[in-house]
Amino acid sequence: MKTYDVAIIGAGVVGTSIARELARYRLDIALLEKEEDLAFGVSKSNSGIIHPGTQNPPDSLKGKLCVQGNFLIRKISKELGVDFKEVGELIVAFNEGDARELLRLKKEAGLLGVTGLRIVDREWLRKNEPNLNSEAVCSLYAPTAGIISPYRFVYDLAENAVKNGVEVFTKTKVTNINRLDGYFEIGASSGVFKSRYLVNAAGLFADEISAMLGVNNFKIKPRKGEEFILDKKKTDLARHLIFPLPSRISKGVLIIKTADGNPMIGPTAEDVEDKEDFSTSDIGLNRVLTSARRLIPSINDRDIIAYFAGLRPVAGSDFIIRHEEKSPGFVNVAGIQSPGLTASPAIALLVAGILKDNGLALKKKLIFHGHRNKTIHLFAAPASKTRRLIKKDHAYGDIVCRCEMVSAKEIRDAVKRGARTMDGVKFRTRAQAGRCHGSFCTTRIMKILAEETRMPLTEITKRGKGSEIVKGSSR
Amino acid sequence: MIKRDLVIVGGGPAGMAAAVSAYENGVKDILLLERDQYLGGILNQCVHTGFGINYFKEILTGPEYADRFIEKVKNIPEIEVSLKSIVVGLARDKAVTFLKPGRLEAIKAKAIIMATGCREKTREMVHIQGTRPAGIFSAGLAQKFINIEGLLPGKEILVVGSGDIGLIMARRFTLEGAKVQAIVEIQKETRGLLRNMVQCAEDFGIPVYFNHKISRIYGKDRVEKVSVLRVDDNFNEIPGSLFEIKCDTVLMSVGLIPENELIEMAGIRIEENKTSVPGIFMCGNCFKIYDLVDRVTEDSFLAGKLAAEYLK
Ligand SMILES: Cc1cc2nc3c(=O)[nH]c(=O)nc-3n(C[C@H](O)[C@H](O)[C@H](O)COP(=O)(O)OP(=O)(O)OC[C@H]3O[C@@H](n4cnc5c(N)ncnc54)[C@H](O)[C@@H]3O)c2cc1C
Ligand SMILES: Cc1cc2nc3c(=O)[nH]c(=O)nc-3n(C[C@H](O)[C@H](O)[C@H](O)COP(=O)(O)OP(=O)(O)OC[C@H]3O[C@@H](n4cnc5c(N)ncnc54)[C@H](O)[C@@H]3O)c2cc1C
Repeated sequence: MKTYDVAIIGAGVVGTSIARELARYRLDIALLEKEEDLAFGVSKSNSGIIHPGTQNPPDSLKGKLCVQGNFLIRKISKELGVDFKEVGELIVAFNEGDARELLRLKKEAGLLGVTGLRIVDREWLRKNEPNLNSEAVCSLYAPTAGIISPYRFVYDLAENAVKNGVEVFTKTKVTNINRLDGYFEIGASSGVFKSRYLVNAAGLFADEISAMLGVNNFKIKPRKGEEFILDKKKTDLARHLIFPLPSRISKGVLIIKTADGNPMIGPTAEDVEDKEDFSTSDIGLNRVLTSARRLIPSINDRDIIAYFAGLRPVAGSDFIIRHEEKSPGFVNVAGIQSPGLTASPAIALLVAGILKDNGLALKKKLIFHGHRNKTIHLFAAPASKTRRLIKKDHAYGDIVCRCEMVSAKEIRDAVKRGARTMDGVKFRTRAQAGRCHGSFCTTRIMKILAEETRMPLTEITKRGKGSEIVKGSSR
Repeated sequence: MIKRDLVIVGGGPAGMAAAVSAYENGVKDILLLERDQYLGGILNQCVHTGFGINYFKEILTGPEYADRFIEKVKNIPEIEVSLKSIVVGLARDKAVTFLKPGRLEAIKAKAIIMATGCREKTREMVHIQGTRPAGIFSAGLAQKFINIEGLLPGKEILVVGSGDIGLIMARRFTLEGAKVQAIVEIQKETRGLLRNMVQCAEDFGIPVYFNHKISRIYGKDRVEKVSVLRVDDNFNEIPGSLFEIKCDTVLMSVGLIPENELIEMAGIRIEENKTSVPGIFMCGNCFKIYDLVDRVTEDSFLAGKLAAEYLK
């Protein structure tokens, strides 16, 4: 059996970022993921914001890594061909007390190294954010805030990691780990793996993985966030990310611009017990609507086309990123709550450093293929480009998902790049993510999946075994 | 840019009738754009009978009704049909942009008739609490699965809403050997046709709960059950009335909404069969939700005539 230099558990944004970073070096790396596809954990259900670093205590690890990540992600997204848009954020004050609070936030963020911050007045807001509640007196403007597609970021990181030699194993749930002489023996649902170093990036389940090695020094508590997506026709609802003043446990309900063009409102913040409770509620909806309307009063609940809940993996108030002396070679990357998406590139660098400090030799490969060709999305292409694409390949003109304008070619490519489930296609292409929710395109997508993977239609699932779309043939 | 007299968007019964009527009223250059690979629109999946009673004075199936118009359209050389052609842009100056395999085209029309039909409301639009597993379908999608793809989407069905499509699908599922556990309707009576209520639900002994609503969907990977509540006539929940129904499929039949995003995004307002832009007309289900296709046909003849008059 092959012994990997490093095994990473969990293919969310953190695990894949670490994998791609380590792929620069002459190492054998395995990335183990329990789900059918990557990015099916916390990394698919979040706000997609690349935070500037405001709203973090100045001495926190997450604050430092957030500011660093915001900087690093610009280069990485260029290399990987993922769209990163620097849209800027506004934290809104409604009275004098709020305004003083903004000054405190500005000072703290300044200490963390956030650049370009300034307070903007009513006049500026009226001109630059016309739908904002006119009662707003001023805002803290952080121009470096941006947006990215959180799942496409993971897929592209992983694809690039694989290109540089990383081996990815899906449907591989780690169930037990033994530390033997100089290596870890990792028992998983798809077989046994051996590695010299082990990185735990298992998100909500990081405490359970750590406990398998007898390291019981933290507990993950899920904190639910419900989010509500609006129709793309409201894409101009806001020009910036809009925040209220943060509370002690969360940044509050936001008006979010997304990389897909749909505005989103949310998230809530509610501590729950069940790590698999992704349900949404009327209470959550009402809470989000009330808070969001305080920022933009014209929001209409009839424009909501989708909703979801994500669970933040909370372990105390900060990230836990450390080598565990009790189990040499084992690195925990846990409690990666918000801003974990933003911080992920910085977390990867930090983890590489920790591994090195603990004896892993980091020798650069002669060639690292850092560049990845940008995935084509018609919905993001200007007409001239669309025209050229269709000429080159007719299948770009064969629209399957009409609400989001996704062609047969894009769907076929997504399957070729690894999508095996309907959700996998959705996250990669946006097909089924629009206003009709797949009512019109589900059958067509299933057929493409079946053709490309040679699966029978009856075995096609929404997101893995047990979630088959149909129950058999009709008479 | 290519110039055309009349461009019709949508080749369902509405678009076809509008084309025929425009021709009969004197328009000689008509382009009919349909995004699907065949004409007929939603009728193609409605294999049940009940179409044409008013217009043809005969009882036809959906495809039969559509075929009569497809024949008419084919026999008029002045109507050019372009299939697999999806309109993606509409501008107030009557420029129409569409994609088809092999090209993206922009056309300047003198007049436009929008006949883009409607779509079904989703679970998301009516906001039902709970999880989002596999097994939640619009009734129309379930109909497509069974009638066109030969696939059975579920075995224990719960229908939300008692609209015609839901009722027809309840019968269809029963005939396919699935068990329809219940039809749950928040109103105190059906919104569908009475004949469907009798022929599709009562005759098959399917329980119908009026004044009830689904309060939550359960299930991690696949739907497992729903909880149901009684409501009063103002839709207020009646405390203590909660109960659960086991099912693997939730079928949404809670109404249709006009497919008007192209018009809305162009900032165009809708008026009776017309719009705020002179020369842009509307007909069929994208203008108003019609229960009967015969009314759609009538409505669309009018739109075709209006467009012809405008072009004179
Ligand atoms: C509502 C919400 C909004 C957020 N908004 C933002 C934002 O705007 N900006 C931002 O920067 N951050 C945001 N975050 C935080 C961000 O989403 C997370 O910090 C980040 O996604 C964590 O990534 P991860 O890779 O650690 O976790 P995950 O994506 O959960 O990855 C862990 C992976 O490990 C796998 N796994 C678990 N157990 C096992 C096992 N036994 N064997 C094998 N595999 C296993 C899981 O299946 C999963 O794929 C938000 C979070 C939430 C919930
Ligand atoms: C499931 C179901 C059951 C029904 N049962 C009955 C019944 O029993 N009896 C009865 O009389 N009536 C019934 N009806 C009603 C009747 O079928 C409809 O009223 C009628 O089909 C509406 O016609 P339409 O042309 O407006 O819309 P559609 O039939 O929906 O046609 C619209 C067409 O426009 C095309 N289109 C849309 N957007 C674009 C674009 N951007 N570019 C290009 N093309 C586009 C679509 O592909 C479609 O072909 C039923 C309807 C449904 C949905």
